[in-house]
Amino acid sequence: MVHPTWQAEVYAALKAAGIAQIGYVPDAGHRHLIEAAHADPDMKPVVLTTEEEGIALAAGAWLGGARCALLMQSSGVGNCINMLSLPVNCRMPFLTLVTMRGEWGEFNPWQVPMGTAAPHVLTAAGVHVRRAERPDEVAEMVAAAAAFAFDSQVPVAVLLSQRLIGAKVWVK
Amino acid sequence: MTKSNDGNLDRRVVVAELLRDPGDLLVVTGLGAATYDAGAAGDRPLNFYLWGAMGGAAMIGLGIALAQPKKRVLVVTGDGEQLMGMGALATIAASGADNIAVAVLDNGRFGETGSQYSHTGLGADLAAVATACGWQTVVTARDMDEVGSLRTRLRRENMFAVLRISAEEKPRHLPPRDGAYLTDRFRRALGVATD
Repeated sequence: MVHPTWQAEVYAALKAAGIAQIGYVPDAGHRHLIEAAHADPDMKPVVLTTEEEGIALAAGAWLGGARCALLMQSSGVGNCINMLSLPVNCRMPFLTLVTMRGEWGEFNPWQVPMGTAAPHVLTAAGVHVRRAERPDEVAEMVAAAAAFAFDSQVPVAVLLSQRLIGAKVWVK
Repeated sequence: MTKSNDGNLDRRVVVAELLRDPGDLLVVTGLGAATYDAGAAGDRPLNFYLWGAMGGAAMIGLGIALAQPKKRVLVVTGDGEQLMGMGALATIAASGADNIAVAVLDNGRFGETGSQYSHTGLGADLAAVATACGWQTVVTARDMDEVGSLRTRLRRENMFAVLRISAEEKPRHLPPRDGAYLTDRFRRALGVATD
């Protein structure tokens, strides 16, 4: 499988930011990052049963002196809300990359409500939200978001638009 | 309605024993009485107390364990807190981390909110859940002899322990609750603070 170049650049940006743990609930849009994390002997990838586990994992990483990023889909944002009190209350950094569903060319109506709500509920929960639309801006945005999160010790989400990821194709 | 919990251990005595002479043990406590018990056993910078984030204690422990593979992590929490984060038992087992132990103080009740029966008081068995999730070493302790042996094992083995405590309520002992303070002092004591 040939991966788009920007996804390799995003992994390099996470590495450059010192990310040593990656928690994830799989999404097709994160496939390259997940595979790269598992292929990297210096990365600790952790598959999660639900996204809120990743917030707590990242908090523990920070307590232990390491940096963690969480990969999830927009549908997982709703699972995270109360756990986001952890980085907010503890003034911890938190970085998540969220692949968006329920917008560009979405086939599945069940993805629409949480896709629409995701940036709003993240903002309401105290997370700084960035959104990448174009392949040429993603890696730089992730690098800046990581610097912001870990240097200013704030929670930051980078939303990767469905147009960028590519709408899921349902025709076999 | 099955009410299977038969615990009679004194939670304060249990936690005081588990945390006796902690050395550099990295401790995370779940919200509610587990946090009060750990504070009563002796406040220290390497105790990270949760006062919220219910269901997150074990996963915080995993993040610390992965970041500090040469140190030992002990998560002390209650049955209600662990039930809310039950998936974490599968996640931790799957992670392969070998320096973390989880001890659940199980009274079969939601003690903080009026002592309503929890699922473990209604037949659920967290030790069996942990076994089914892939934990290789799972112990249920019912008397202080077993607790004494667990004190050592929890600092050496990658294990999940259920301690059958009495549902008796204890006076609240309130350790620090400012999350930023708890975070900063933990990182400084561990030597990982960057400023």
